[in-house]
Formats: sequence, C-alpha cells, structure tokens
Amino acid sequence: MASHAIAGHDDGHAHTHHTTTGLDNRKIAIWAFIGSECMLFASLISTYLIYKGKSLVGPYPHTEYTDASGKVFPAILDIPVTSASTFVLLMSSLAMVLALQAVQLKGTPLPANAGWWTRAQRSSQLWLGMTALLGASFLGFQAYEFTAFVREGLTIKTNLFGSTFFTLTGFHGAHVTVGVLWLMSLLWIDRTRGLGPQDELVVDIAALYWHFVDVVWIVIFTLIYLIQ
Amino acid sequence: MSHDAKSPAHAHPTGATYLKVAVILTVITIVEVWAYYIPALVASPLFNPSLIIMSAAKFAIVVLFYMHLKYDHKLFKALFTGPLIIAGATIIALLFLFAKISL
Repeated sequence: MASHAIAGHDDGHAHTHHTTTGLDNRKIAIWAFIGSECMLFASLISTYLIYKGKSLVGPYPHTEYTDASGKVFPAILDIPVTSASTFVLLMSSLAMVLALQAVQLKGTPLPANAGWWTRAQRSSQLWLGMTALLGASFLGFQAYEFTAFVREGLTIKTNLFGSTFFTLTGFHGAHVTVGVLWLMSLLWIDRTRGLGPQDELVVDIAALYWHFVDVVWIVIFTLIYLIQ
Repeated sequence: MSHDAKSPAHAHPTGATYLKVAVILTVITIVEVWAYYIPALVASPLFNPSLIIMSAAKFAIVVLFYMHLKYDHKLFKALFTGPLIIAGATIIALLFLFAKISL
C-alpha cells in the first residue's frame, strides 16, 4: 500500500495530503484499524460461542439454576435493561452521524425561514454532546448490569459463561469508554476554537470508530442476549 | 486515482435519510426483542436464523449508511469487507472445529 505523503501545505484552513492513492492516509488507517478490530471481536465472540452451554455451575444466562444447597439462581440476563441500552447506543450512532453532518454544513448559508430542525442540524456541539451523553449512558447501563450480576453471584471466575461474557462485553465497554473520551475531546475543541468543514475528516474518523462500536454491539446483543 | 476522501463529490445522505435509518434500526430491534418473549417462536427452528438475519441487516444498514461505506471509495470497502469475511469464516471454522455446529 502506497501511503507516503509527497506534499502538504497549510492554506490557513486545512492540511491537504497528496498521496499516491488520492485518499487521506488517516482514513485508510482507521478503516484498516476497524478491519483488525473485526478480527479481535471475532476471536472473543468465537470463544463465547464455543464455551456456550458448557458451564458446570450457575448462574446461567437464560435458564434457572439450583445449587447443591438448594439455592436457586434465576436466569441472569436482564433483556429489558439490555434492550434499553441497545436502543441508547443505536441512537448515539444517529447523533454521531448528525454531528458529522453539522460540521460539514457549517459555513453554508442558513435559509431565511429555517425551522428549529434546520438550525439544530448545524449544531455540532449539540450532536457531539448528545453522542457522548448517550455513550456514557450506555456505560452506565453496563456498570449497572455488571454490578447486578456480581450481586447475584456471577463473576468472571464463577463459570465459563462468566469468564467469556465479562471478557467480551468488558472489551466492548472499554472501546465505548475510549469513544466517549474521544467525543469529549472533539466537543472541547468545538467549544474552544470551533469545528468547521476543514475538520470534516477528523470528525469522520471518530464517527467511523463510534459506528463500529455500535455494530459490534448489534452482533453481541443478538448472539449473547437473544439467542438461547 | 483522483478520488479524495474529502472531495465535495463525496455524496452523503441527508438528515432525513439518517432519521429513516434510525427508525428502521429501532423497528428491527423491537421485532427481535418481541420475538424473544414469544415461546412458540423461540421453540421454532427458524428463531435463531431469523435473529441472525435481522442482526446482519442492522449491521449492514449501519455500515452502509452511517459509516457511508455505500458511498465511499472501493479501497475502504475492501479494507473492511476483507477482514470481516476472514473474521466470519474464523468464527464458523472454530464452531465446526469444536462441534458446536455440524453439517
């Protein structure tokens, strides 16, 4: 892959990188990174699926378990709570794509009769803040779920389900955390110097990462929570 | 190759399209969760394949519209779909290897 920048200049607005592919190296890099992340999560999902149903002791994800002392452990997955967190993450992707659009639209003239929606579509701070807030809410749901599981007797050491579940969803949660920090840094830049069309690629790269985190959760939600 | 990732010709959908996509994603998620609570559906041999198809549809919609892969350069498509195919094949191969699925 030819990826060397052979020229660059500062026109006061943006750095333009001329490459042999004609594509910005940073965007090629984020897609290559996302490709490698696909394989990371494939390995974690494979491990979960291989050990699915092989736990010798409970709690189990979808069925009740009674231990030797007669203590009953109900099915541990809380589908309503996780469905809500899934909806929150899906809406954060909508907010992210609207943040990118807002950055692209900055500087274009606003129609005289522009309504609230047209105005809102140009507020990158609103959508970046909304995306970070929804991402943080998703992490709150995950923290609630993890603490509830530990309280109900499921830790990473309890059984194969606990080990693979906490590893997979924990890795995903770590990715969401990085995404929230990234979004907050973009929001800070937007509030201090303002993001404009010249920053489209910077926001686009963050958006690609955020949407990837969302699609990974789409897969996890089905494979772990819904398929029994 | 003259296509630039930041080119003005790099068309993106409108805000209305993004909202429609969000509605579609929400509806599919509601159908998935609704199906989970219907014992007759869960017992059906079509339950798991249906969930996987719905999940794959959501995955594809986000990648094509929110990640703009539908409108983006073919190199980006290759950088994503190549590893994705390898990842999917790895999962299937491991499931066969550990006898979680069989022909």
